[in-house]
Amino acid sequence: MDLFIINVIDGLIYGLLLFMLSSGLTLIFSMMGVLNLSHAAFYMLGAYLAYQISVITGFWVGLIVAPILVTILGAAVERYGLRRVHQYGHVPELIFTFGLFFVIEELVQYIWGRSMVNYDSPESLNFIAFSLAGGTIPAYKVFMLLVSVGIFVALYYVLARTRVGMIIQAALSYPKTVESLGHNVPLVFMGVFGVGTGLAGLAGVIAGPSLTTFPGMAFLLGSIVFVCVVVGGLGSLSGAFIASLLIGWLQTFAASYNIGAADILIAMGYEFPKDVYYHPWRDLWTLTLPQIGPILPYILLILVLVFKPNGLFGKRET
Amino acid sequence: MKLFKKIASFVLASGLFFSSSVFADTVKIAFIDPLSGPFATTGTIGLAEWKYAAEKLVNEKGGVLGGKKMEIVALDNKMDGKESLVQVQVAIDQGIRFIAQGNSSGIANAITDMVKKHNKRNPDKQVIFLNYSAVDPALTNDKCQFWHFRFDANADIKMDVITDVIAGESGIKKMYLIGQDYSFGKAVAAAAEKYLAQKTSIEIVGNELHPIGKVKDFTPYARKILASGADAVITGNWGADMVNLGRSLKESGFDGPVYCYYCATAGITKTFGATGKGMLNLVGEGKLNPVNPALEAYNKGLKAKYPNADMSQPRITNAVQMVAKAINEAGSATDMKAIAYALEGMEFENELLQTKVVMRTSDHQAIQDVHVGAHTDDVSIDFDNSGYGIKMYKTVKMASMDSPTSCKMKRP
Repeated sequence: MDLFIINVIDGLIYGLLLFMLSSGLTLIFSMMGVLNLSHAAFYMLGAYLAYQISVITGFWVGLIVAPILVTILGAAVERYGLRRVHQYGHVPELIFTFGLFFVIEELVQYIWGRSMVNYDSPESLNFIAFSLAGGTIPAYKVFMLLVSVGIFVALYYVLARTRVGMIIQAALSYPKTVESLGHNVPLVFMGVFGVGTGLAGLAGVIAGPSLTTFPGMAFLLGSIVFVCVVVGGLGSLSGAFIASLLIGWLQTFAASYNIGAADILIAMGYEFPKDVYYHPWRDLWTLTLPQIGPILPYILLILVLVFKPNGLFGKRET
Repeated sequence: MKLFKKIASFVLASGLFFSSSVFADTVKIAFIDPLSGPFATTGTIGLAEWKYAAEKLVNEKGGVLGGKKMEIVALDNKMDGKESLVQVQVAIDQGIRFIAQGNSSGIANAITDMVKKHNKRNPDKQVIFLNYSAVDPALTNDKCQFWHFRFDANADIKMDVITDVIAGESGIKKMYLIGQDYSFGKAVAAAAEKYLAQKTSIEIVGNELHPIGKVKDFTPYARKILASGADAVITGNWGADMVNLGRSLKESGFDGPVYCYYCATAGITKTFGATGKGMLNLVGEGKLNPVNPALEAYNKGLKAKYPNADMSQPRITNAVQMVAKAINEAGSATDMKAIAYALEGMEFENELLQTKVVMRTSDHQAIQDVHVGAHTDDVSIDFDNSGYGIKMYKTVKMASMDSPTSCKMKRP
């Protein structure tokens, strides 16, 4: 039971981190109607920029400055890149972001090298927040949790309760009408793209010390973020939130319980083969839940697309 | 003017001709490992070690065969099996007779097959495969062949040494084995099971493989290891999988030792930093710390020339000097059969590392002192220029000298 509770907490922290990435992605999608394939690259950029700043001035400055830099960069990409490509339709936009992913990834490796960098959590958070069942939760993880929750609350407040949020929501569904009312819709687009990538950057900043800052980090997390967005329903913020938590828990629990195919097969009445290493069905008999853990979200993705193509909370077709 | 042009082009052409490897007065070794892509760091460090060893330990001491220089020719295999075979062919076409490779046992398996076939078909252009790092036991057992020489201790030998250390630790009652889900991870787990059962009464409370390079967060694994009550962990993980596992263990409150094969250099030592202290125990050959003065000077020279390189693979100094010795004994740099016979069974005294190396005749596995060391900042030779390195605390002399091999070598 104690292990269960500790897994719930770990999964929550991981899920909230995923949400920080998927929230920006889903906002950008609902605005531009296009998936930003370079989203995870901004996440990686955030981590490396924060590392570079933390080397010079310490962690806290990096926490503030790096996401701002990523936001500015994201806005610039929209203003000078995507906006020009936009007139040619969605496919060129998609290809543009696809190419951008590799450009950023290679650029990061060119500047900071191909091995991992030593980006560490701050001294002041290097203590144990609390222990549970012999396991400990470091203060930094609690900090990650608080930042993620803070972002969720702030985002929700801005979108649902402020004038800016109203304009954004209106521009999502009726951009032409909003424009004819005198609002600068391209500016809104730029702002949303900037903030969306900035959130990815912030996710990188706080995930870097915990999940290691290395060249493969964008690739590793990139695909799972799309799963969150699609499962939650493209364009739905609350959907992205629920899906991120769901996938966070799914991955955590799958990795922590060694339920094997053998247990199920034995329960079904089959007999465990004597010399399993030479058995023709060896791969099936020795399969365990942690081994298939990483593909579970993708199975979920396929199931959702088959049975509920709009995603759990989505209003539009994917 | 026309005549001048003719002469000029003749001189140029002959210059090119004579500088080609066939007539050059150098002994070339083709270094085939990743020099671009995600694994480039490891390959680049290895190349620097080869180059520096050839220059310092052979060329500056008069070269081979009374003055010939040894030259390392770098060929990039991008960590890809097919590309590696292409590069081996490129090396052979250039007249290079020595192939050095180490990263990935899968690639080493492919190269050893190709070399075997090539040598059978081209007795006048035979090549020798110097495997300086690939540790899959099969290479010197079922897949062994006359032209392959392994300079690193294989995975079984290393596990033999790790379990010797563990057997002496009275605090360890329960062990958790975790590794990447592929041939090497499986080989480590199998060896650990075998030797732990032979030497100790330690209970294995977990034995699992995780998908390689796909685990985003190792926290749930760390929780599981903690919940199992394990006192120590053995892992063959490398790269980000190693760092993430170690960090998650520490964060989750695990305070036992982690015994590992690849938890140093190429960014890993630096990334671990203080976190790894008291946790990481690395098995390997080559006693770097505590250091002897000659080795310290050698390391300084290496760092001066290649600031980002490390003495990560001290066995390279063995390989370079043993090849030079074999060439001198054979009296030729092209009679590969004679050189291979000279290498086979060679006993070599490495002054730099102050250790003896024997290239075992039966399977071409180098037998040498293998050590277990702790990750600490109390070192003279550090890794990643981080101040942290590995300090050896246990040595097994001539490890696994009498270990059995299933190798049935066919000699030409």
